[in-house]
Amino acid sequence: MERRSARIRRARGRHWSCWAVALALLGAVTGVAGRADEVSKQQMHSLDEQVQDIKSDVLGIASELNRLEERLLYPSDTQLALFVSMKEGETFRLDSVSVQIDGQPVARHIYSFKELEALQKGGVQRIYTGNVATGDHRLDVAMAGKLPSGADFQRNQSFSFSKKVEPKLVGITLADSGDASIQLGAW
Amino acid sequence: MPVAASAVEPAADAAVVSSRRLDLRDLYFGEALYEAYQGRYFEALERVDSELVGHYGVDEPALDSLQYHIKTAEFSVGALELNYRMNLRAGRAVKAVLEADVEDAVRNLAAYRLARIQFQKGHPADALDALDHIHGAVPEDIRDDVQLLRANVLLAMGRPADAIGVLKPLQGSETVAGYSAYNLGIALLQNGRAQDALAQLEAAGRLPASDPAALAVRDKANFVLGTLYFEANQFGPAQQSLDRVRLEGPYSNQALLRAGWADASAQNFERALVPWAILAEREPTDAAVQDALLALPYAYSKLDVHGRAAVLYGRAVDAFGKELAKVDASIESIAQGRFLEDLVREEIRQDKDWVIRLRSLPEAPETFYLMSLMASHDFQTALQNYLDLEDMRKKLVAWQGGLDAFDDLIRLRRAYYKPLLPEIDKQFRKLDAQMRLRLEQRKSLDRRLQHLLIAPRPDYLATADEQSAAAWIERAEAGLAGQSGPAREALQHRIDRLKGALIWAQETQYHRRLTDTHTHLRELNADVEKLNEQYDSFVRARQRAMHSYVGYERPIGNLRERIGRSLERLDALKTAQGQVLEAVATRELRARRERLEAYENQARFAFADSYDRAAKAQAAAAAPAEQGTK
Repeated sequence: MERRSARIRRARGRHWSCWAVALALLGAVTGVAGRADEVSKQQMHSLDEQVQDIKSDVLGIASELNRLEERLLYPSDTQLALFVSMKEGETFRLDSVSVQIDGQPVARHIYSFKELEALQKGGVQRIYTGNVATGDHRLDVAMAGKLPSGADFQRNQSFSFSKKVEPKLVGITLADSGDASIQLGAW
Repeated sequence: MPVAASAVEPAADAAVVSSRRLDLRDLYFGEALYEAYQGRYFEALERVDSELVGHYGVDEPALDSLQYHIKTAEFSVGALELNYRMNLRAGRAVKAVLEADVEDAVRNLAAYRLARIQFQKGHPADALDALDHIHGAVPEDIRDDVQLLRANVLLAMGRPADAIGVLKPLQGSETVAGYSAYNLGIALLQNGRAQDALAQLEAAGRLPASDPAALAVRDKANFVLGTLYFEANQFGPAQQSLDRVRLEGPYSNQALLRAGWADASAQNFERALVPWAILAEREPTDAAVQDALLALPYAYSKLDVHGRAAVLYGRAVDAFGKELAKVDASIESIAQGRFLEDLVREEIRQDKDWVIRLRSLPEAPETFYLMSLMASHDFQTALQNYLDLEDMRKKLVAWQGGLDAFDDLIRLRRAYYKPLLPEIDKQFRKLDAQMRLRLEQRKSLDRRLQHLLIAPRPDYLATADEQSAAAWIERAEAGLAGQSGPAREALQHRIDRLKGALIWAQETQYHRRLTDTHTHLRELNADVEKLNEQYDSFVRARQRAMHSYVGYERPIGNLRERIGRSLERLDALKTAQGQVLEAVATRELRARRERLEAYENQARFAFADSYDRAAKAQAAAAAPAEQGTK
């Protein structure tokens, strides 16, 4: 047993001597790197704080720009926003949604996997923002996708809605079957 | 501690609010969630910020649809900021939730988030303080995570005995089983209970696991256990533990290297060949693989197979030479600024494994060694910051273009509306005067009708014929005023009869006429309402026309200035951040270079030595044969 240990120690001794040069070099490098690490760590933290600060600024600009854009492009008395969501528990694959207002195509979207997942989790997509005159309008919604069974499906539904002087928000809820596969929500 | 082992924790979840789906009442908040669930935290924050500003800006926030989600929205700001790597603001937002009067579940989730931030920032005492805010109902989906975090915080504070107390009840948890088993092993080790630690790590290394994160933790448990046995010269158990590390996991290379050394240390060089031979065929930029390139011929030389050893040392020299060339090309490429250019390549970042793909870009040598840099949290933060800065720069530049488009739009609107409006206003004033007159007349009629209900006046409801007859009678009576005699009396009598007939008709038809008049007035109301609607519609259209080009100069000017200032600041910051990244990358590459040079020298020396030994062995083998021939 003792002989075995001695052999192992010798073997390891040889092994370590093989790497001695490399380790010595590495040690030297690590020593220098250690001090440099400290410097760049401090630098990185300081930069990180500055980046966080500028993120706040840019978010503030984005928010102000949104308000300006809304005021300039979508005045409240003509503003119409269409939102798409999926009914809870739906597992069908939504490929695309297209929307027409008064017979005019206004939006068409093809969904990525990430977007589909976001809808399934309960996120709501704003598919269209635009302007319509006050009064009654027609809305045609078409969706295409794949059912859990693998079969392709397509649904179309027409609705009417009334635009008054305040901004109009229309929620379109999608499901995969039945007569009510596309529903308009009152918001 | 014999090995550099630290506690592990699950990766931060991206759930912004909670794992269950919200019963959504506010579409714009739903839109923020849609962005957040896709990892688009900037857009999500922008949406939630706007919604909150809008909510608190309305006269009656209680009637706003965000009211249903207001606590969740306020809390999600902190969570989104955390995900967008805005720790400073996130901490403040979450603290505000803690201090507010909110339900237990929300406060506890906020406290947990805050504790995580503090722990990640290296402030375990503050993290523990946040965790101490947790009481009452804790959401089911974070209950075990809270305890795991508490244990990790206690370990970081050097209180392993307390951590053990927290971790023991977590054994068998469905959500954090692997983490709690491994961390208990580390806590026992820190507490000086080496044998218990080995037994615990043994158990952690055998736990069933299926998802990649749990498999990686199990691999880590086996790797640490193997290393502990190795350090204690227990090569057999070390070998068994290291054999349990998966060949495809993140600890695979290190485990193969260590397994080889366990065999070699036990003088079992033949067995050491197996893991080292596997490792030597892997990606040569990995440090463990480079070690294996030297270790493999070393094992052959120990087995006195000097010829094979010489060949492998020769290959190692070639491999190190190639790696040195790559490192040199990388350093050169970084000096030319190509490292930063590659980092922001859009087509690469579309891939979730973009860091791995960067390494395989044939025309981007500067990125070959990025994987090892990515292991550093600081480098990851710096890299992510650089990418965030680049994204923000693109946004700001696009917004600048957007403001120019707004200017054009306003100019065109002004050119269209300004000449039209004076004439429209002139016509409107004329119509407005007529309309006011008619409305006043209608009001007067209404007043008179109301008065008739109190003091009936049938003559007010006379028809046009009756009015004209009454006027004629009045004129006729006036004509008779200066006359006398029987003829006059006869005429007067006839006039009286006519007057009587008129009064009879007005008196007897009075109620019907009053009802008819009311009915007609009501019918007029509908027309008046329509007129008012048209009037309002015109006023709104007039205002819209005016507001479509007036009053934008200042906000657009301010925004342009803010964007310009931010761009200037951002560019300077991006340059500084890029320089740090380049410096860290170059430093890492230089260290790698020195190491590779040392390895190359070592391999060259060993190659010569093995070659001599092989030649001598060949000569020694040939000598008896020659003697036999003679």
